[in-house]
Amino acid sequence: MASTMLSLASSAPSASLSMHEFHKGKANLWSSGLSFNREKINPLIITKSFGRTSMVAAVNVSRFEGITMAPPDPILGVSEAFKADTNEMKLNLGVGAYRTEELHPYVLNVVKKAENLMLERGENKEYLPIEGLAAFNKVTAELLFGADNPLIEQQKVATVQGLSGTGSLRLAAALIERYSPGAQVLISSPTWGNHKNIFNDARVPWSEYRYYDPRTVGLDFEGMIADIKAAPEGSFVLLHGCAHNPTGIDPTPEQWGKIADVIQEKNHIPFFDVAYQGFASGSLDEDAASVRLFAARGLELLVAQSYSKNLGLYAERIGAMNVVCASADAAARVKSQLKRLARPMYSNPPIHGARIVANVVGDPALFNEWKAEMEMMAGRIKNVRQKLYDSLTAKDKSGKDWSFILKQIGMFSFTGLNKAQSENMTNKWHVYMTKDGRISLAGLSLAKCEYLADAIIDSFHNVS
Amino acid sequence: MSPQFTVSGAHSSSTAASSSSSSADRRLSALVRHLGVEDSTSAMSDISANPTSAFNGDSVFAHVVQAPEDPILGVTVAYNKDPSPIKLNLGVGAYRTEEGKPLVLNVVRQAEQQLVNDISRVKEYLPIVGLAEFNKLSAKLILGADNPAVQESRVTTVQCLSGTGSLRVGGEFLARHYHERTIYIPQPTWGNHIKVFTWSGLSVKTYRYYDPATRGLNFQGLLEDLGSAPSGAIVLLHACAHNPTGVDPTLEQWEQIRQLVRSRALLPFFDSAYQGFASGSLDSDAQPVRIFAADGGECLVAQSYAKNMGLYGERVGALSIVCKSADVARRVESQLKLVIRPMYSNPPIHGASIVATILRDRDLFNEWTIELKAMADRIISMRKQLFDALKTRGTPGDWSHIIKQIGMFTFTGLNAEQVAFMTKEYHIYMTSDGRISMAGLSSKTVPHLTDAIHAAVTRLG
Repeated sequence: MASTMLSLASSAPSASLSMHEFHKGKANLWSSGLSFNREKINPLIITKSFGRTSMVAAVNVSRFEGITMAPPDPILGVSEAFKADTNEMKLNLGVGAYRTEELHPYVLNVVKKAENLMLERGENKEYLPIEGLAAFNKVTAELLFGADNPLIEQQKVATVQGLSGTGSLRLAAALIERYSPGAQVLISSPTWGNHKNIFNDARVPWSEYRYYDPRTVGLDFEGMIADIKAAPEGSFVLLHGCAHNPTGIDPTPEQWGKIADVIQEKNHIPFFDVAYQGFASGSLDEDAASVRLFAARGLELLVAQSYSKNLGLYAERIGAMNVVCASADAAARVKSQLKRLARPMYSNPPIHGARIVANVVGDPALFNEWKAEMEMMAGRIKNVRQKLYDSLTAKDKSGKDWSFILKQIGMFSFTGLNKAQSENMTNKWHVYMTKDGRISLAGLSLAKCEYLADAIIDSFHNVS
Repeated sequence: MSPQFTVSGAHSSSTAASSSSSSADRRLSALVRHLGVEDSTSAMSDISANPTSAFNGDSVFAHVVQAPEDPILGVTVAYNKDPSPIKLNLGVGAYRTEEGKPLVLNVVRQAEQQLVNDISRVKEYLPIVGLAEFNKLSAKLILGADNPAVQESRVTTVQCLSGTGSLRVGGEFLARHYHERTIYIPQPTWGNHIKVFTWSGLSVKTYRYYDPATRGLNFQGLLEDLGSAPSGAIVLLHACAHNPTGVDPTLEQWEQIRQLVRSRALLPFFDSAYQGFASGSLDSDAQPVRIFAADGGECLVAQSYAKNMGLYGERVGALSIVCKSADVARRVESQLKLVIRPMYSNPPIHGASIVATILRDRDLFNEWTIELKAMADRIISMRKQLFDALKTRGTPGDWSHIIKQIGMFTFTGLNAEQVAFMTKEYHIYMTSDGRISMAGLSSKTVPHLTDAIHAAVTRLG
């Protein structure tokens, strides 16, 4: 993207690509409130007497009068809008939460078993340590890197329980801000909508690397490599471990190798967001391959992990921040600093989800059961992809190639629909999705594929 | 595809790179070094896939130093490491039974059983502001069911991660949207307050609170300091059972504080972590908050269920902001969501569900008030026992503050040296400011603590 490069040339001495965007984001964040509240409001004070009690009531304007209504969250706001819609054909393909074929939420059997076990045992509710439940941290690192990974035995992995993916990313961002001040995070274009908010709020500058190629509805690999190469040495490169959100487009194993090469060459730090381990291919190990490839290279890396989707623990807010360091000593120090950042945010993390994970992942029988349920969920999504593809191909007479639906992986599909077309999907067809053209296949049933195909074809061809 | 542009001024900095202290210059020069160098294949052929070749020397985290243990939570860490059989943990404020065991309330177990038995329950993301029913019931609990602000929809309540999370979200909100970015906190206060507000983006000042001479409230000092704070400044107030001192204003003093706060247009921010735990009565303990919340003015309240429902590790709490109008409350709520979403997206469901189950059910609610009173009563009895034991022992000094102070903690008045002595010689674990958690005491351990205090005071008085 030449325009991004040019902005580097023309921008002021702070050469970070993102500074322009960072300040722009910052200005948007702050302008709504600050500019209105610059003037001190002089209260009009009236003293009223009620019998013997005198009450001083401030009869003035609210201190928060100048605050504007914030726009709804672009992703989570979709579900709110969906709920408000009374049309019977409505379809929620907004947020990435798994649904059964009957379009009901799904609580995994292993989770129910674990919760029953926990209640039977009657465990207490004492504060966890700031870094979270030790048993949880252990099984989580093992799940991600492989139980027999020497890095774990060598204690080079600092794992801290975090508030799902978001909370773990936020901890890492705070760590970067404090210990690599000025370093930027490179994020894919596009990426999950909340990534930018997290880095903005943590005051970490970011810039984008090319990722999605609208012409092929696939990966712009050359652009990605070029942009990562061009970034200042020692940048953090945010990579989706598998099932890229929102596009569903993942690099091949060979491409991952080349990405690792260029990251090594530039002394960048790989920063993985792993929200779908097991959910992409159905195999926990296969989906961790990218992370494990980088770890095997001896690279230091950050991995934010979430159990929201693969264990269906969405609302329990359970995840972890893992930092692979060059030495056990560095890992211990990093862990201590992550704790220091967590304490003024929430003191210590919630126990419930952590115990569920520790019970499921730590018990061989439940772990195997989990793998089977995981395969079932991933399998349903693959079937839905196939049916959607078949429906589109059968109904669309234009000859457009819809095969990207089959090539993409994970919960989401990037349809290639633009903002106006996405709005048409909602306004005309009552199909709720995010404006970037992303649909959640987890919210699609086989029964609704034909209807969805009609909606997509109409939006694509008749709206510009 | 190599970038097609020139970086003006960059060439001159390339030779200066090594001596330049500006990170911008370093980045620019690194970029310049890569201009016109390659073709991607030559670059990659230089990189071997040998695992040991990755590090050109130091770790990325080489400059990261070991952080000290948190002063409060670190006490438990130290306690756990101690092998002594007579060790006593009076550090963190977590309730213990007479047998020295953690307690899960009966009503909590019942609520959990209900939740597990309810097969219609799912684990879908809560809204960013949390569980709606929990929010409504929490606002009523602290502000009172008849509170006019609640009835007029002038209160926005958002579920947060216990007290800490509520304070942080409130602090971040104020730092972004309020014109005064200074918060006044009592001297002393809970250790984590300063960190929470500083990280929120506020600057922290103190107002006089504790009087070491009387081991009580320095009310004059408090009035003077709040009286000279800039108009509109934020003021942190402990709703009841002040932490760490256990010293609370009387209701008459609270009314004076309220009048002062309103006359100077200060913005009150309550930290309510012990409602029901201090006196044993939920309504009595909420009075200070309620007189503010009912006078037509605005305020913030951070609420925690960690102690009063024993839900410590579930991280359940709420932030309520009482506003002038329903319209303002709606807009404020929308902005609170912008603070929360990039922090953790939405709050955890389990603890909030337990609370909602208990608060909405009359029988469970009543049972809860009974269990709550029992906990508060046990603590009050521990105060009496310790006071009597020190008196009987003839330990020098006036120890009446032990029975005058209220809540989980006693500010003993012991200094850091005495505390260190007690830890070393008697294996008593407490924070170095002399604060002890009465909740960690039992009839069996009072004698041991009495010995320790007596020794510390007589040998290091």
